[in-house]
Amino acid sequence: MKASDLETDLGYKPAYTNYPDNDITSGFTSDLLSDVMGNAREESVLITIQAHKNTVACCSLAGISAIIICSGRKIPEDMIDAAKEEDIALFTTKDNQFITSYKVYGLL
Amino acid sequence: MENIPINTDSPSVIQEIIYQLKIKDVMTRDLITLRKSGTMRNVQLTMAKYKVSAVPITDSMRILGLVSIEDIIKALDNGYINDKIEKHMTRKLIVLEDDMPLSFAISYFNKYTFGRFPILNKEKELVGIISMRDINAKLLEHLNFAMQKLENSIESNNPTEIKNNTKEFQTVKFNFEIAGQASTEIKKTLKKMNLDRKFIRRVAVASYELEINQVVHSNGGVIKAVFDSDKITIIASDDGPGIPDLDKALTEGFSTANDWIRSLGFGAGMGLPNSKRVADEFEISSTPKGTIVKVGFNIIKEEI
Repeated sequence: MKASDLETDLGYKPAYTNYPDNDITSGFTSDLLSDVMGNAREESVLITIQAHKNTVACCSLAGISAIIICSGRKIPEDMIDAAKEEDIALFTTKDNQFITSYKVYGLL
Repeated sequence: MENIPINTDSPSVIQEIIYQLKIKDVMTRDLITLRKSGTMRNVQLTMAKYKVSAVPITDSMRILGLVSIEDIIKALDNGYINDKIEKHMTRKLIVLEDDMPLSFAISYFNKYTFGRFPILNKEKELVGIISMRDINAKLLEHLNFAMQKLENSIESNNPTEIKNNTKEFQTVKFNFEIAGQASTEIKKTLKKMNLDRKFIRRVAVASYELEINQVVHSNGGVIKAVFDSDKITIIASDDGPGIPDLDKALTEGFSTANDWIRSLGFGAGMGLPNSKRVADEFEISSTPKGTIVKVGFNIIKEEI
């Protein structure tokens, strides 16, 4: 799937426009960045509530393609800037991690 | 004498100094004073003894006048050095208050040609004297401090390249703003070396974990990366306080991180175990003075 499928198929809101339409081949759900770092596959979409720029740094190093911030948590401006910089697509949803994981799994 | 520039478009650090400092923070408090009943000769001898260029004339805490070195020269010139002070002291004084901002004193020095101003408190008592020398000394002291702060922040923001094949990065305790920068830079360098993606990721995982460990647990430290043609080595050394139980620290899930750190997604107790797992070589030593973790990654020909 493509990052844009999250917007078109699931209605998840992109945090910035003209985001890179990265390939997504897997998913990972965690709020522990070490867990993400150690165990997420490359080209994953990360499903999390960690809305801060360190999540972007971690994802960039782990080769993650997109991030979905769940439960309607607000994304700070510096996180959006970091995501742009690192070419990581960034979305928000009111769904929690469980529902989001279920929906994203269906698209893969 | 040229005016001292006090502009509102000066760098904010300068403005902060001259507007936040008060005259009482800068003035000389150890005063040598004389009574008006003494002679100009007394003043001259006092100046020589205490190496001052002006002597306030007081009655208890009240200032009555001032005798400056110029007054003494005039007295010697015109032969009245043995006259009473009260006959020749300068009585028309411009005084400043100790609670005024330093900028006020600077503008007075710009406006008048006096070499110093007596300083009074709210009760009109003489509490100090201020000269350009006092101001210069204090400004330099504060500028040194501000520059040091600036230099430190540049150091921690911008990684410095030490040698051709080595890079060093500072980490700062609890500074999550710059956390991850070292690993990002290391990853960029590895990409330029055209190394295998999986290999790069292994190095990135270890360096990020070690970097975050320093930010979360140590008093700050250094992440050093050595790029050899057959090996990449990451050496993380910090300034303490050390790991009391290394076996526990290497156990997955064991963590000493506080709730705030955990709420950010760190402190899961996976940092060291993750680093050890991805590395080909792993060494750790720790004392209260600091912890050193060294991880090595062998570049195998097939991986290139």
